[in-house]
Amino acid sequence: MVATRYKTAFQLYPYAKVSAQDNAAARHPVVIVGGGPVGLALALDLGQKGTPALVLDDHDGAGLGSKAICFAKRTLDIATRLGAGQPMVDKGIVWNVGKVFHEDHKIFDFNLQPEPGHRNPAFINLQQPYFEKYLVDAIHTAQAAGAPIEIRGRNCVTKLENHGSYSTLTVETPDGPYLLEADYLIACDGARSPLREMMGLSFDGRVFEDNFLIADVHMKADFPTERWFWFEPPFKGAGQSALLHKQPDDIWRIDFQLGWDIDRAHELDPSRIRARVDAMLSSQAGQVPEYTLEWTSIYTFQCRRMEKFRHGNVIFAGDSAHQVSPFGARGANSGVQDADNLGWKLDLVVKGLADESLLDSYGTEREHGADENILNSSRATDFMTPKSELSKTFRNAVLELAAKHAFARPLVNSGRLSVPCNYAGFALFGEDMLAEGPEASRPGMTCPDAPHDEGFILDHLGGGFTLLALGCEAQDVVSHGLTVQALTIPAPSGALAKRYLGDAPQGIFLIRPDQHIIARWSEFDAAAATAALAQAIGKDLSC
Amino acid sequence: MLILTPNIPDPDGFYEELISAHSGLSKEQSDAYNARLILTLANHIGDRNVITQALQAAK
Repeated sequence: MVATRYKTAFQLYPYAKVSAQDNAAARHPVVIVGGGPVGLALALDLGQKGTPALVLDDHDGAGLGSKAICFAKRTLDIATRLGAGQPMVDKGIVWNVGKVFHEDHKIFDFNLQPEPGHRNPAFINLQQPYFEKYLVDAIHTAQAAGAPIEIRGRNCVTKLENHGSYSTLTVETPDGPYLLEADYLIACDGARSPLREMMGLSFDGRVFEDNFLIADVHMKADFPTERWFWFEPPFKGAGQSALLHKQPDDIWRIDFQLGWDIDRAHELDPSRIRARVDAMLSSQAGQVPEYTLEWTSIYTFQCRRMEKFRHGNVIFAGDSAHQVSPFGARGANSGVQDADNLGWKLDLVVKGLADESLLDSYGTEREHGADENILNSSRATDFMTPKSELSKTFRNAVLELAAKHAFARPLVNSGRLSVPCNYAGFALFGEDMLAEGPEASRPGMTCPDAPHDEGFILDHLGGGFTLLALGCEAQDVVSHGLTVQALTIPAPSGALAKRYLGDAPQGIFLIRPDQHIIARWSEFDAAAATAALAQAIGKDLSC
Repeated sequence: MLILTPNIPDPDGFYEELISAHSGLSKEQSDAYNARLILTLANHIGDRNVITQALQAAK
């Protein structure tokens, strides 16, 4: 039997018996365990590139509860590349204004005015089940176009035998167990990763002794679409901090920081939750608006990661590999960046176009990403819950000064929203040969978006390697079995010129399938581009 | 003129370093450390008017 661990919001891939269950173990190039945002994004990316991906999920759809709610621009750009971005943005809530309160007074507000000329907003609020549903919709579209993706619902991996060059999995289903084999096994099975347990791998880091109560409430209130955050909220029983944030479908996410020593069952009592929510809402609305509790949960969190994300042919991505506090929206967002980083590398390795060692770069690049996220989220947590008397004195000094002086406001930390990872200096990236160009288009950075040709430049990058020529000419580069598509824009102007070239009159940019810039030059040189491509797929790392 | 607009690059890194500098210190030691730090920074500023403005701004 396959245990039901949670209720589903949408049934997306109902269990259906497949012939493999009655046959000898079949070998698959890539098996992804876990149908969350990370596993689904990876399957979609691989399938669209023509590499077969089999997803095993122990449920048959997206789990109930909003869980991840804030999706950053980088994630939306990735989803757009995969064909799933538009419905997310259409459904999501875009917000710009945040207010920060300390006790009963507002310290300041901020307006994250979006920079114009990007397809996607800086971030949207969207319940995780919708995010997953739109990925599955895009998978169905890709399948219809011939992409070799298969999702098997209610398929639970109960045993893993790792033979080095492949793994054998025992998969439990409603019709009993069967065996299958995977050349590459990708563990996208969440923070409690059963595969990590089966491999006996540790997951080290810092445990934060704190409990947070989440309540998703449904109400039609007149509160503006803003993020409200309280340090030491004045309303009864709110704890150390509180957050109010809007999601689609008239759902509001409310977060209370309860402290460490609590009685979970007691705190989850709906009448006790309602008392807290009543106190918060009435403090703003003057009375308690009508609302219903949609979903509640208490969570603790840890900031930790696996030492290595790659263990031979078993690779960890998303929460199974790293976990952070929720402040700053770095969980699902970093997981989707893992998938984005791994997808094209795995595709090249499976197709025999790159050596297996290319997969090590997934580890080094994303371990760096995880460290960045852990650093930022630890700092936010330390600010929100000072760990010593002295730390609290400084924290409250910052809050008091911030009410009066602008200088203290950047020190107020209720979570720093994730920005794309910069891989400058990593082995796969080339030298910067356009030194006068702007920071935003240096090797290692993700390509900035900008309007182009009635659309946006990112739409033109496709899923392969691109050589972007701005203000000059470039030709396709064919090497190592790959074709780097030249994209020539003879007269770039406006945001496109500013973000890529700055003051430089022209430039050439070699871009990875995950839209990170490998190298840039002031003019096209086929030999230099060929060498940088070789470096980008790990061909010269042994030199 | 005393600068009262954001002026420190990497504010989060600065804040972490500041708090870490106190780790392991008793209350008394922390207070003394803060005093030494203020005096050191005041000397760096040097300008008497700016220091007077800062003494006011922090009240």
